[in-house]
Amino acid sequence: MNAPVNPKKLIKGGLHDWEVVIGMEIHAQVTSRSKLFSGASTAFGAEPNDNVSLVDAAMPGMLPVINAECVAQAVRTGLGLKAQINLRSVFDRKNYFYPDLPQGYQISQYKDPIVGAGEVLVDLPDGEAITVGIERLHLEQDAGKSLHDQAPNLSFVDLNRSGVALMEIVSRPDLRSSEEAKAYVTKLRTILRYLGTCDGDMEKGSLRADVNVSVRRPGDPLGTRCEIKNVNSIRFIGQAIETEARRQIAIIEDGGSISQETRLFDPGKGETRSMRSKEEAHDYRYFPDPDLLPLEFDQAYVDGLAAGLPELPDAKKARFVADFGLSAYDAGVLVAERSSADYYEAVARGRDGKAAANWVINELFGRLNKEGLNIEASPVSAGQLGSIIDLIGAGTISGKIAKDLFEIVWSEGGDPHAVVEARGMKQVTDTGAIETAVDQIIAQNPDKVAQAKEKPTLLGWFVGQTMKATGGKANPAAVNALLKAKLGIE
Amino acid sequence: MSELNELTLAEARDGLRARTFSARELTQAHIAAVEKARALNAFILETPERALAQAEVSDAKIAAGEGRPLEGLPLGIKDLFCTHGVTTTAASKILGGFEPHYESAVTANLWRDGAVMLGKLNLDEFAMGSSNETSAFGDVVSPWRRQVDGVVSEARIVPGGSSGGSAAAVAARLCLGATATDTGGSIRQPAAFTGTVGIKPTYGRCSRWGTVAFASSLDQAGPIARTVRDCAILLGSMAGPDARDTTCADLPVPDFEAAISRGVKGLTIGIPKEYRVEGMPAEIQRLWDQGADWLRAAGATIREISLPNTRHALPAYYIVAPAEASSNLARYDGVRYGLRVPAGDIVGLYEKTRAAGFGREVRRRIMIGTYVLSAGYYDAYYVRAQKIRTLIKRDFEAAYADGVDAILTPATPSSAFGIGEMASADPVEMYLNDVFTVTVNMAGLPGIAVPAGLDGQGLPLGLQLIGRPFDEETLFAAAQTIEDAAGRMTLPKPWWA
Repeated sequence: MNAPVNPKKLIKGGLHDWEVVIGMEIHAQVTSRSKLFSGASTAFGAEPNDNVSLVDAAMPGMLPVINAECVAQAVRTGLGLKAQINLRSVFDRKNYFYPDLPQGYQISQYKDPIVGAGEVLVDLPDGEAITVGIERLHLEQDAGKSLHDQAPNLSFVDLNRSGVALMEIVSRPDLRSSEEAKAYVTKLRTILRYLGTCDGDMEKGSLRADVNVSVRRPGDPLGTRCEIKNVNSIRFIGQAIETEARRQIAIIEDGGSISQETRLFDPGKGETRSMRSKEEAHDYRYFPDPDLLPLEFDQAYVDGLAAGLPELPDAKKARFVADFGLSAYDAGVLVAERSSADYYEAVARGRDGKAAANWVINELFGRLNKEGLNIEASPVSAGQLGSIIDLIGAGTISGKIAKDLFEIVWSEGGDPHAVVEARGMKQVTDTGAIETAVDQIIAQNPDKVAQAKEKPTLLGWFVGQTMKATGGKANPAAVNALLKAKLGIE
Repeated sequence: MSELNELTLAEARDGLRARTFSARELTQAHIAAVEKARALNAFILETPERALAQAEVSDAKIAAGEGRPLEGLPLGIKDLFCTHGVTTTAASKILGGFEPHYESAVTANLWRDGAVMLGKLNLDEFAMGSSNETSAFGDVVSPWRRQVDGVVSEARIVPGGSSGGSAAAVAARLCLGATATDTGGSIRQPAAFTGTVGIKPTYGRCSRWGTVAFASSLDQAGPIARTVRDCAILLGSMAGPDARDTTCADLPVPDFEAAISRGVKGLTIGIPKEYRVEGMPAEIQRLWDQGADWLRAAGATIREISLPNTRHALPAYYIVAPAEASSNLARYDGVRYGLRVPAGDIVGLYEKTRAAGFGREVRRRIMIGTYVLSAGYYDAYYVRAQKIRTLIKRDFEAAYADGVDAILTPATPSSAFGIGEMASADPVEMYLNDVFTVTVNMAGLPGIAVPAGLDGQGLPLGLQLIGRPFDEETLFAAAQTIEDAAGRMTLPKPWWA
């Protein structure tokens, strides 16, 4: 909170520079087969109301029973956020009426959440890293969905999502720009995916953000915040913050003041608009759910889950830097997805880590992006890419040929060694063969030979001609040495 | 009325086993009694066909020597228990013609053990009431009548509530026993008012799964029957662990019937001085003293004890119970099942449906509950009430830690009153009926009401025994001692039939 203000992050208003202060509440759907308090399936895409148990529909006399897997997932997530795990937490009822809320209350955790304070290390594109405080994580039920477009005078309700487990992850107001906010959500999503506790699929609504935005003059106390509800893509999070910050700045600079309220972001119109004011805010009448005992477990349970956690992105990144000699940036790119990191490690194992990183990041990722594929769908396996790198390392092919080889393996598949053999792509290191080509070029271009004696940089032209004559297979080092000797260039 | 109706549940069980009569005969006798007793309005729904079908199965089982613990015994079911394919109302209009697709844990246990269902019993709406005058299906009339100077009054008497239908049906010999529920006294008070035995077991002894909720942290199912033994038999079937209710105890069910013959020799019975409330009728005090004498005579040590937080129990109860109820009843919104009163928008639908569906007392409690949970009042009401609850629990723990095995109190501060007599009274006066019973729910303890005598008007009075958590066995033993000493209550002649 008291970090020095970075002038680059300030927003220019008409009169002053402004600092934007952002805190986020992320709703992450817990990866689990069944719902938080019922045995109904959580599968996405079922027909409306197919995945609804008696409990989810709030039939009379039905009672919630906590799903142990959802508890384990919340604890794993807490551990991944380096957070305090609370051995005793309490489920509360948040009471309000809505057609997609069958019980008339949402079971949530209000005063005593399962996870307390933690932190997330966020790398920014400019290489800076910030630590974002996590205030808490709690478990709660998702609501159903109202369908307003099915009949002219009626709304329909789909309860498939009703009761699905969500983790609400609340950050401290530690973010100072839309870039930071986007990087935070991206990093949080990476951690959740590593842990396997949330698939992070924002298109399916598995990850939604409520964004709290306020602005202030640098050094001033916090301004009045507005909460932008249910933003469902990282790009929209950035846009919503920019839009909202500028709206607030304009109001304040016009002599007005911000009223605390809940707002919605309309990406189509590029504006936020008021949903309800503080006065209209619900009185949720929270109280401990008497149907559920406090949730209690011991430290051994937590330790057991901790022991089963995968290596997380920060640790993996540090290891890639230390073990493979990668730059922090490259390591960061590689660990952003667990599958990319795994792919990279398979390529790099027993090879030059930097070369492997270059090939994975530049060639493979570049090509995957172009084709709109993810790493799981890569036509080139880690084994194949490793073989290509091996062929370069052994001097069998040049870097340039290797790119052609990559293309062939990408589109046609096959063992790179066999492809090189079959297509005669091997690098020519036989100086006799290279010499023949060099001699021929020198003989055919006496004028260029004369010029080269005056201007040694013309060597490049000769190298190019030689490579062309050898179909690119000549060993570039051998070509250079021969040409220098024959042209008399030092 | 047939002689079969005069049997206790245990006698009927033994008669069936001995093939003295068939389950069909027993069931038919009870169906006939139910039909003749409609003046009592004890049943919301009679299910004679189902009863006879179950009885046939029972006769087959008995014939095959495969009789189960409650084989062929006709029971009434409080209409708060969801019954598969049988309309369940909670005595409210809001449930409309709701037919559950599931069977409550407690009733499922009864059918597992071979019991026969005669129908669904009337109650106060959502179990909110102490006289069975809040039912959307009309008042239940007690089979008892006042008798002054040998003249029987025609005035209709309440059976108590909320399990008024259960108590009236059992007292009128319409069924051998009935399920009931108790949130603040709803088993024990009607049992005391009707000269029957009712036990509210320890919170968590019976599963709440499938029972329409009133106040989740207080609700507990239990039986009402005509003898202590019958209650012990029924509770043995109703109780048991259930993973679907996380507040249900994972404990084996003891042999309650065996416990009734244990006696009280060597037990210490506490008499809490705080239950000597101001204005308590002298005959209640006399009855209480009499109860203590009976237990002493049977070998128990009687000791005065103090439960200092008793006087806070009723106000705290009337915060906690409505708070939970206001939330539990939010699901009756006209959207998915039950009554729906259409309106132009969703808020209108909620308002019209709930205004039409809930009766006055239920609406009152929803409003009280909503108020005490609302921002700015929560700490002052709900949080303080929960603190009081902890103190009440500690009072009991201290008494038990000090060697007390069970506590004896009156069950109610008076005998039953007439229907409509409390109509103009402050609601709080009605709530005072629960003054001796709510502490037990607040502390989650078992409590049994057992008939002990008649008052000056010839109406029954009951004593209450309060036990240690999950020690219903001691309560059955002590209650049996009182029943033995007081003699079985002579139930009213069937003026209604």
